Amino acid sequence: MDHECSQLLPAVCAVLADPRQLVADDTCLEKLLDWFKMVTETESSLLLLQENPCLVELLSHVLKLPDVSPGVLAFSLRLAGIFAAQENCFQYLQQGELLTGFFGVARPLGQAAWAIPTIRSGWIQGLHSLAQHPSALCFLADHGAVDIIFSLQGDTSLFVASAAGQLLVHVLALLMEGRAEGHPCPQGDDWPTCAQKIVHHIEESLCSTDPSKVTQALNVLTTTFGRCQSPWTKILWEQLSPLVASLLEKDPVSAPHSLVDLLLCVARSPVLGSLDLRLWETAARALSCLGPTQAGPLALGVLKLQHCPEVLRTQAFGVLLQPLACVLKATAQAPGPPGLLDGTSDDSVMVDTLLSSKSSCAGLLCRTLAYLEELQPLPQRPSPWPQAPLLRAAVTILQLCDGSAAPTSSMGGRLCGTLAGCVRVQRAALDFLGTLSEGMGSQEQVTQVFAILLETLGSPDSSPTVLKKAFQAALRWLLSSSRTPGCSGLGPHMALFFPELFPVLQKRLCSPCWEVRDSALEFLTHLSRNWGGQADFKHVLLTSEVPELARQLLQDPESYVRASAVTTMGELSSRGLYTVPANPEHPEDQQSLLLEFLHILSVDSEGFPRRAVMQVFIEWLRGSHIDVAQDTEWFMATVLETVSQDLDWEVRAQGLELAMVFLSQMLGPLGPHCPYTVALPKASPPDLLPKVLAALCRVRLFEFAFRALFDCDRPVAQKSCDLLLFLKDKTIPYSSLWESGSTPNLESVEAALQKWQAGEQGQPLGDLEPEAVLATLRSIDLQGLRDTLAEGSDHVEKSPQSLLRDMLAMVGVLQKNQADCY
Amino acid sequence: MKLFCLSGHPTLPCNVLKFKSTMIMLDCGLDMTSTLSFLPLPLVQSPRLSNLPGWSLKDGNAFLDKELKECSGHVFVDSVPEFCLPETELIDLSTVDVILISNYHCMMALPYITEHTGFSGTVYATEPTVQIGRLLMEELVNFIERVPKAQSASLWKSKDIQRLLPSPLKDAVEASTWRRCYTMQEVNAALSKIRLVGYSQKIELFGAVQVTPLSSGYALGSSNWIIQSHYEKVSYVSGSSLLTTHPQPMDQASLKNSDVLVLTGLTQIPTANPDGMVGEFCSNLALTVRNGGNVLVPCYPSGVIYDLLECLYQYMDSAGLSSVPLYFISPVANSSLEFSQIFAEWLCHNKQSKVYLPEPPFPHAELIQTNKLKHYPSIHGDFSNDFRQPCVLFTGHPSLRFGDVVHFMELWGKSSLNTVIFTEPDFSYLEALAPYQPLAMKCIYCPIDTRLNFIQVSKLLKEVQPLHVVCPEQYTQPPPAQSHRTDLVIDCQPPATSYRRAEVLTLPFKRRYEKIEIMPELADSLVPMEIKPGISLATVSAVLYTKDNKHVLQPPPRPAQPTSSKKRKRVSDDVPDCKVLKPLLSGSIPVEQFVQTLEKHGFSDIKVEDTAKGHIVLLQEAETLIQLEEDSTHIICDNDEMLRVRLRDLVLKFLQKF
Repeated sequence: MDHECSQLLPAVCAVLADPRQLVADDTCLEKLLDWFKMVTETESSLLLLQENPCLVELLSHVLKLPDVSPGVLAFSLRLAGIFAAQENCFQYLQQGELLTGFFGVARPLGQAAWAIPTIRSGWIQGLHSLAQHPSALCFLADHGAVDIIFSLQGDTSLFVASAAGQLLVHVLALLMEGRAEGHPCPQGDDWPTCAQKIVHHIEESLCSTDPSKVTQALNVLTTTFGRCQSPWTKILWEQLSPLVASLLEKDPVSAPHSLVDLLLCVARSPVLGSLDLRLWETAARALSCLGPTQAGPLALGVLKLQHCPEVLRTQAFGVLLQPLACVLKATAQAPGPPGLLDGTSDDSVMVDTLLSSKSSCAGLLCRTLAYLEELQPLPQRPSPWPQAPLLRAAVTILQLCDGSAAPTSSMGGRLCGTLAGCVRVQRAALDFLGTLSEGMGSQEQVTQVFAILLETLGSPDSSPTVLKKAFQAALRWLLSSSRTPGCSGLGPHMALFFPELFPVLQKRLCSPCWEVRDSALEFLTHLSRNWGGQADFKHVLLTSEVPELARQLLQDPESYVRASAVTTMGELSSRGLYTVPANPEHPEDQQSLLLEFLHILSVDSEGFPRRAVMQVFIEWLRGSHIDVAQDTEWFMATVLETVSQDLDWEVRAQGLELAMVFLSQMLGPLGPHCPYTVALPKASPPDLLPKVLAALCRVRLFEFAFRALFDCDRPVAQKSCDLLLFLKDKTIPYSSLWESGSTPNLESVEAALQKWQAGEQGQPLGDLEPEAVLATLRSIDLQGLRDTLAEGSDHVEKSPQSLLRDMLAMVGVLQKNQADCY
Repeated sequence: MKLFCLSGHPTLPCNVLKFKSTMIMLDCGLDMTSTLSFLPLPLVQSPRLSNLPGWSLKDGNAFLDKELKECSGHVFVDSVPEFCLPETELIDLSTVDVILISNYHCMMALPYITEHTGFSGTVYATEPTVQIGRLLMEELVNFIERVPKAQSASLWKSKDIQRLLPSPLKDAVEASTWRRCYTMQEVNAALSKIRLVGYSQKIELFGAVQVTPLSSGYALGSSNWIIQSHYEKVSYVSGSSLLTTHPQPMDQASLKNSDVLVLTGLTQIPTANPDGMVGEFCSNLALTVRNGGNVLVPCYPSGVIYDLLECLYQYMDSAGLSSVPLYFISPVANSSLEFSQIFAEWLCHNKQSKVYLPEPPFPHAELIQTNKLKHYPSIHGDFSNDFRQPCVLFTGHPSLRFGDVVHFMELWGKSSLNTVIFTEPDFSYLEALAPYQPLAMKCIYCPIDTRLNFIQVSKLLKEVQPLHVVCPEQYTQPPPAQSHRTDLVIDCQPPATSYRRAEVLTLPFKRRYEKIEIMPELADSLVPMEIKPGISLATVSAVLYTKDNKHVLQPPPRPAQPTSSKKRKRVSDDVPDCKVLKPLLSGSIPVEQFVQTLEKHGFSDIKVEDTAKGHIVLLQEAETLIQLEEDSTHIICDNDEMLRVRLRDLVLKFLQKF
């Protein structure tokens, strides 16, 4: 601890000990605890207490004080725990019976204090910190702390109850780890008394008829097995697993969710899972007797395991697929391959869940689809993966949702009624359908997929969120179709799909709902990015009204849509998919997209469209778009001038990115950042430099960059710093070669820079000469500036000194206010 | 209680409820789908329509070729369009006491009923219903009368000939009863019989029942009706909506505790969501006008058009289409747009509050002010001077058989740039388009029906919990095109009773109580006796006077003094005889104690048998039998009056007298 903190600490302790001084801000105390924790990790706590006696004084004072605030008491409990974590310090504190006072069973804190959850939480956290060494264990045993922890497991405050469970696990682990070091693992009977007591408590809870007790016990076990991988956990599991298994014999099974968590945790444990046959039996039993809602997570967990008996995996996959099998059966689909999803499923529980209510049906299907989606990309997913029936199920669910399915069975009819218009299921099914695109399917099935996607995209009843998902799924299927081996140009599906898609897209671009227009534009951007080069696609696109409709959306009232329209039009234009339509009647009306974008950049009141324009400009400059390449200097000068006035820091930052692209095009790319690129000349040839600098001056890039250097938003200043450093790096080695002997006059530049630094950004900068630029670059400590900017803006405020001063100041302010009141 | 079902159309109902001797007609809807069998009436001479070939029978017999014309594979009647009236033969309509109208679409048959059946009662409706109903009728009469057609086809209606015709003429329901449109005189006469009512106003009908209109949320002034007596309540729900559009929201709470709920007028397109349809409408409209095409919207002059104009008011600007003109052509366009602005008290809260600002409740006022929306009585006159393309045009009639829409179908139908968007759900759009085929213009079907769907109905029924639901048979089975959609039916317990055209339903509900007033002096004379805690009884001797369905108990006249005066005697003749009544008994007889009492009084050899209704006490020695039941006691003994009286007195000991 540094000197300044040591000096401030007594005053802070005095404030905390004084019940009249209210520390209004709890976060101060939290920060203070964090700081002490950090200090004690590197320094001796004993020394700290000895050097700062005010701390012990505070603790003993708090214990004696009758009306200390709950916040300060809880803080003191936790602080005492932090100090007592080191054994010598523990002894030191215990000499004054301080720890007994705080954590003893007599609870000197008093019943009134104990009723406050913060204090109980502080007590548990203090003990958790303290319990790190054998002396602490003896302390716990002597003071009956374990019994209090047992009772706190059922605390009304969930935070306290959860912390109590965690503490119990911690204590058990500490008891066993301390004992096991260097010795072979003892059997249960030889365990320390306190550990036996805890295990007995868990056993009792597992046998309890109170489901909350069972849940507590299961949660403690899950945490234990999740945290500890020592051999003693194996003995513990062997001892308790029959009790856990017996939970499944009750009807209904109590605490099913916690039970599933425990089984999965044990199965994942390298010490326990891989060898235990009984575990797999229990898991199999759980899969068959838990309801569909609880069995799903277990099935997914089992399938994600690296090592697990094949029989169990098959059973788990069956459980996972059952809701879909029911859907297929209800809609009387032709049976799939024997085994999974073969349409022979006849589970009345599942049928009941599916048909009981709209919410349970939707919930079960959504979860099932999400599980399968999670499983699909995993290497350990079941093999063979039933791609075809899954596709059929996804398509059927979508048909049930949009009312296009016409099942003949009565269950199918009811499912149809339940799922009709169910947006939640529709979204989940579309996500799942998108995931299935990785595996493709038969020609007929892919046709079906595209048909249902088109139907969803065209349906007036599709909600905006459903449409977004449908667009995403369509894109994934299109991408996977184009990856089909041997497929050149648009595949057969796409060739059929695109002509039908564009009328739908046209309609969606005119939707009164802005979210729909936005999703349609995003989709169009992706289409042109992926297939813009394909002649067939080009033909379909250009014969439709889509490009013109997209352009009209540049004037959309909704800023997100305008932004997406900018991105789309930028993309279309880059790929030659949009040309300004000739208007023979009014040739003056013809306006290039570039001018339109510049207009948006200078007048649009919202940030998103302006940011989108800058992104397009960066891409255009990189890709030497024809409109930009015609007169790049004019383009750069106009954009930089507009951007420098922008109120949105992201736009200004993008301006710097654009400038960087421009620079690297003129001077060659950044060298040191790409170690594997082919070696390029390190700097531009000296004879090119004057021309480049003159050009940069003409586009007023320096004024823009220097101004940005003192931008009130740090990312802009950082970017500018990087840009100028790059420039300095490129130019300085050669500057002496062509600089004239005379020293340029930097007075006006420096004056402007000073004004800018002082926040007066309005100060103009006259025309700059390249020499003046080089001299300025040399004179500014860019590296130093970059280091300053790299530090967080709150690095001063974060220091412990600042925290201590803040606390004192806060009390001072409070005092002042009190005085005012009189 | 009976329900006579005069119309089979679920959204254009016409039923007569017989309730406590009153005959109440519930709505008076006119099924106009019959007009789809007729050729359109063009405003301007159409060579295409006038040169259609006549239709002849398979055997070449062409005697019908004047009446029936063949047009793009369909056969149409070439005559003035006719309408399918509600049943007029099922009951004598002159006995109908009142007609309750629930909304302006459900009163279109009113002139046929009030002017041609001897009806002499009163019609009740809200003011907007009457005013807008008048506009709809006026428009209809105008559309038909301004294209006079000499010919009136009747040969084809003969049953023998009709069965030889192709569908749908062959299947036309009761074609022989179809009638031509009424005249304006008849409309005025019918409307003069209407008495205006306000929401929640209680109207007494002959003292027997009380009827009350409630807001139904579907259209301006649309109502559901409560028909109740003191102990019975019948709710009539017709054309209701829970969506937040322009009308006042639906009053659901007042429908609670109904004995019978008659449910009609649900959405005709249960699978379409009105919001989605409005989106579809806007998208297709924008696509068409951006391409330089015109949009034709066949519609009624009131109702959904207000909501559409409001949507377009916002959408056109945002889609950059503010320069595209909106036209509304109808003989009643001006009145309809203006009426909508003055019925503030019938509008939803949002719109009502605008009136206090003061601002017009509907934004179409601003559209008119800024010249974005223009309205004309017909295509003749100013319209042809102002007309600019591309445009959006709202005009009637949605059947596409008469009105200005016929002209625009002929004019714009040939170009694929134009689009016709159907928003009214009353007519099948394919049938409506049949005489215009082949058609190049795009057709979009966006039916916007804001009436209750089945999910909303099932929630409503759960909430108001009527004892019985009565509805058209169409609502008890899934739509024929979607037979698997078992959710598209009314789901309630007990199952709804369904009706079809020309059916008479005896409602599953019996009246059990009648309210009778007791005159104060009679009430004073009563001496109630408490027979159970909280229950007191008193006997009443009185005279029941019944007048105007009100029943009053009055003190009986004093027994007439014997007199020789003839006059006196005559008076006393009128008064019913008041005999001295035996006291009434109450209570129950505990068998065991009764047997003990019998034994005490010397009866022996007593046997008790349990029966379904009570007990039989057998006095074997005396050959006597006492039947004790819940509401009767019989002593059966052979000619031993003494014994009977003894036993009777013993029984009476257990009972209270009053």
